[in-house]
Amino acid sequence: MEIYLYIALFAPLVGSLFAALFGASPKTLITGLVASGLLFASFVSSALLLGHVMNGHIVHVEMMTWIATGDLYIPFGFVVDQVSVTMMMVVSVVSTVVHVYSIGYMSHDKGFNRFFSYLSAFVFSMMVLVMSDNFLGLFIGWEGVGLCSWLLIGFWYHKESATWAANEAFIMNRIADLAMLIGIFMIYWNLGSLQYDVVFAHIGTLPLAVTTGIGIFLFIGAMGKSAQFPLHTWLADAMEGPTPVSALIHAATMVTAGVYLVVRSNPIYTLIPEVGTAIATLGAFVAMFAATMALVNRDMKRIIAYSTLSQLGYMFVAAGLGAYWVALFHLMAHAFFKALLFLGAGNVMHAMHDELDPFKMGGLKKSMKVTWIFMTLASVALAGIYPLAGFFSKDLILEVAFVEQHYVLYGVLLATAGMTAFYSFRLVALIFHGDERHLEHGIHPHEAYTFMLYAMAPLAILAVVAGMMFKTPYYLMVSELLPAAQYHIHNHMTLWIMIIGTQALVIAAIAYAYKKYAKAVKVDLKVESGFFYQLLFNQYYIPKIYDEIFSKPYLQLSKIAWKQIDLKIVDAMVDGIANLIYQTGESTHTMQNGNLSSMLRWMVVGVVVLLVLAVAFTVAYNNAVNLHAM
Amino acid sequence: MEITLTHYLVLSTILFSIGLVGVMRRKNMLMLFFATEILLNSVNIGMAAISHYRGDYTGQMFAFFIIAIAASEVAVGLGLLVIWYKRTGNIDLDQMTSMRG
Repeated sequence: MEIYLYIALFAPLVGSLFAALFGASPKTLITGLVASGLLFASFVSSALLLGHVMNGHIVHVEMMTWIATGDLYIPFGFVVDQVSVTMMMVVSVVSTVVHVYSIGYMSHDKGFNRFFSYLSAFVFSMMVLVMSDNFLGLFIGWEGVGLCSWLLIGFWYHKESATWAANEAFIMNRIADLAMLIGIFMIYWNLGSLQYDVVFAHIGTLPLAVTTGIGIFLFIGAMGKSAQFPLHTWLADAMEGPTPVSALIHAATMVTAGVYLVVRSNPIYTLIPEVGTAIATLGAFVAMFAATMALVNRDMKRIIAYSTLSQLGYMFVAAGLGAYWVALFHLMAHAFFKALLFLGAGNVMHAMHDELDPFKMGGLKKSMKVTWIFMTLASVALAGIYPLAGFFSKDLILEVAFVEQHYVLYGVLLATAGMTAFYSFRLVALIFHGDERHLEHGIHPHEAYTFMLYAMAPLAILAVVAGMMFKTPYYLMVSELLPAAQYHIHNHMTLWIMIIGTQALVIAAIAYAYKKYAKAVKVDLKVESGFFYQLLFNQYYIPKIYDEIFSKPYLQLSKIAWKQIDLKIVDAMVDGIANLIYQTGESTHTMQNGNLSSMLRWMVVGVVVLLVLAVAFTVAYNNAVNLHAM
Repeated sequence: MEITLTHYLVLSTILFSIGLVGVMRRKNMLMLFFATEILLNSVNIGMAAISHYRGDYTGQMFAFFIIAIAASEVAVGLGLLVIWYKRTGNIDLDQMTSMRG
């Protein structure tokens, strides 16, 4: 079984290096095919490992020693257990689909080969992240996905906005990663090991304050990667990258790494339920906060990004309340339908010549039937309508909140579920129904390549069946590793009222979205100029506040540092040394006038100096010896 | 008055100084060779004298070597000097500045 582990882990790396060989040359189809093929191999290996794990076996290998000094011993160790195999399946399925899709999506791009190199490198980093058996290996993968995310957001580096977004994402993640590193240091400092099994076995022996500190610092790391408030602004801006990147990295895999970290560290968070409650509260806040921004946004990809943010909030609610398997389950289901939604958006963008404003589209269901069906399916799944994936995973989180008696969280999540349905179908209605507004702009849409649609089909199937088919076997599998808790509402009456009530709310929201946007789009100026609309449309002015509070003072500080410190102190010192040497040269080069007579004179001067030195040192030495003798 | 080692060394030092001043001041190439010879021979005197007073012949042997090497040096040097004179018509040190830095 170890060989499958290595194939699953290293096949993407091989694909990345292969594509990198052709990185500077124009499009060669082979790179896309090889990278996709190797990812498929990774997927097959993951599936075989899944079968192995479901039979109750865990694969744990120590590939080689990494750091061994003194008491510090950290190997390159990998573990495939119930949690990591779930993540491996999600990562490999979505990334295989996205790779095949990208062959079509990027087919006219100059950086075709480079794109595949980055994309496969990302998958490799993600695999390291989820498969590592210690915190430091996880951190390496964590930084690796951060780097690949930076490369891919800024893929079209000639665009100012893309490089800006890439840097924003990278810098925000660095802030959080510092906290995460502190958490890892605290673990090592107190327990002397970073291996998961050792740490989790001994975490109970630590004082509660230390455990709380570890939990908080690790969670701050997770907040950065999963774009939780207040480090959330990068995710919406990251939509500058190519759409397959958004589907793979900023919806399905990388942003869920934070949830994975919390789920993986569940023995730590189980000990500190107060932190868990704080996580859940923040999650619920973010769920609603992001959903409200998605209600009014006019950028197709940003709407989906806010939706991702909102769903990540849901996952953190589940993880914070101790329902780790529910969080992981929603992570999986969400990865499928959200990636599908993004890939559908990619098709629409291609058809619309990169137009992102859904108010300039409309009526696309005629020309893009399959994309319409896929995106509608994904939206239905996202809204959580029976029997699609979202119903099983998202409504489960609502039940968790209810059973754990956090009724405020429940209320917030319920309202958010309504909003989710509304903004999803607002998008679908604007894009696919109503008048063909894009004709005014002279755009004639066309459906994407057939093989791209076939590539999306597995995700569509999974979005439909993942909840219904996988819930029970998945629960049986992960409950061996994660705390097994069934969240049943014992009163049947309450249960049915809740289910029917939620479904009715969601369907009503969908119907309202269709009614408002499916026919003619009427712009209600009174609403749009209102305070709340403007507040939401400007993303609560948070980007502006960050700009004022952090960016501008920092720019001022940098200017001072540049003009006062760098130019006047550092540069002055360096230039001074250089000038001194130049001037010495200027004033002494007359010595070398080629006149033998003056050369001889300098020679004599040299001899005299050496002689004086020799005498002086001899005298000094003799004195020292005499003193010593006395 | 008995002649002691000090007298020899004083003589050697005086000759060395004369030679050194010659090396520094003379502009005529031929005179420069003479000054060099004075320098070498002042050292020879010192060596031979110390060797005699210590009863160790190494110094005197060294003096012979120096005489032999000085002779060959002068032979080569004078040959070059003659060629230089044939080419340029003078042996002024200040004119030899082709190696200016």
